[in-house]
Amino acid sequence: MGSFDAFAAIVRRDLLLAMRRRSDVLNTLVFFVIVVSLFPLGVGPEINTLRQIAPGVVWVAALLASMLALGRLFAADHADGTLEQLVLSPQPLGLLVAGKVFAHWLTTGLPLVAIAPVLGIQFDLPPESLGVLALSLMIGTPVLGLIGAVGAALTLGLRGGGVLVSLLVLPLYVPVLIFGAGAVEAAAAGTGAGANLSLLGAFLAVSLFFAPWATATALRISLE
Amino acid sequence: MLAATDLECVRGERCLFRGVGFELEPGMLLEVSGPNGSGKTSLLRIVCGLLAPASGAILWNGTDIRKAAEEYRGQLAYLGHQNAIKDDLTGIENLVIPETLAGGEVTPKSAREALGDLGLEGFEHLPTRVLSQGQKRRVALARLAFRGRCRLWVLDEPFVALDAKAVRSVADMVANQVDAGGIVILTTHQEVEIGARRRAILRLGA
Repeated sequence: MGSFDAFAAIVRRDLLLAMRRRSDVLNTLVFFVIVVSLFPLGVGPEINTLRQIAPGVVWVAALLASMLALGRLFAADHADGTLEQLVLSPQPLGLLVAGKVFAHWLTTGLPLVAIAPVLGIQFDLPPESLGVLALSLMIGTPVLGLIGAVGAALTLGLRGGGVLVSLLVLPLYVPVLIFGAGAVEAAAAGTGAGANLSLLGAFLAVSLFFAPWATATALRISLE
Repeated sequence: MLAATDLECVRGERCLFRGVGFELEPGMLLEVSGPNGSGKTSLLRIVCGLLAPASGAILWNGTDIRKAAEEYRGQLAYLGHQNAIKDDLTGIENLVIPETLAGGEVTPKSAREALGDLGLEGFEHLPTRVLSQGQKRRVALARLAFRGRCRLWVLDEPFVALDAKAVRSVADMVANQVDAGGIVILTTHQEVEIGARRRAILRLGA
């Protein structure tokens, strides 16, 4: 079995499991929508203020929603013993981890990307900013998943792992937040989002390269 | 050939065992026995490479398994305490998906036959969530039907929760694998007669 087949098989498996548990997928999305929608109610209907805070609000909500979903990445596989079998399979574990993170992103990250422009309209973002918002999330949310996977793997099976994972992962999320929200702000200010998006792309490339391998190592340690 | 040399296992502060060693040639069955907490599961996890021993090494055909990990895992079938089946998937999916990942060729038809052999006809299309403990164990054991190519089986309490008839068929599966030149290591608390020609017993915590 080739590497690509193994990758495809694990993605299919996780998507099938997600289809059997649709409520979990909806959880993340609903959380995201609720958090973003609460801000206009709290801040008040001043349109200029809303337009100004929109990129930050949407990005912070996306970050929190991603973190909330991290608990599901390995926990179920760990609890029922399938994770041990994955670790013992002849395929490279880094590849399987990459497949799991990709499937996780498809079910938790991609819906956020799709709905973010709609939420941006709530904040009266101009159309060009809406595009940049979706694009920045498209590049940024996989980074959140990849970095988060390392934290999720390290805290697997620990009591209070949820709190620990936030402490571990949040500092690493901060650059993604800064450049992600920065891209939208730059687009709104008319200075062009290119630089911010390129930096996000660089984060993605680096985390694609290192995170699966680091996660695989962390999983082996957690299973001992 | 599988060899373990001078294994020591420490969990927390406690030394579970030290100086454990064995050599198994193709076609041998090793039964690991001992009271609860004597380190049987830990020993099996060390043999699989899931747990690093405090000292000593596992050699597969003379090579340390940490050096030839991927090749070794291709030869290994492990059944742990947990069944490693997904509650949301059906019995058939629980065979086809993981065995495909493990590099086997499993069709839904052959999966149905393997489940039928262990007395699960009529339950193949139900999510395993609704099955009883013993039936779930059978789904996990049905995987072994596709692992004949693996030269090493490591089974942790394979007979637990099974009825007498299922115990019999699993014992026969093990005996066939051993007589076909496989190496099987298992732990059990039950007295099960396994008709393998060559068997050895390792007592821990004695």
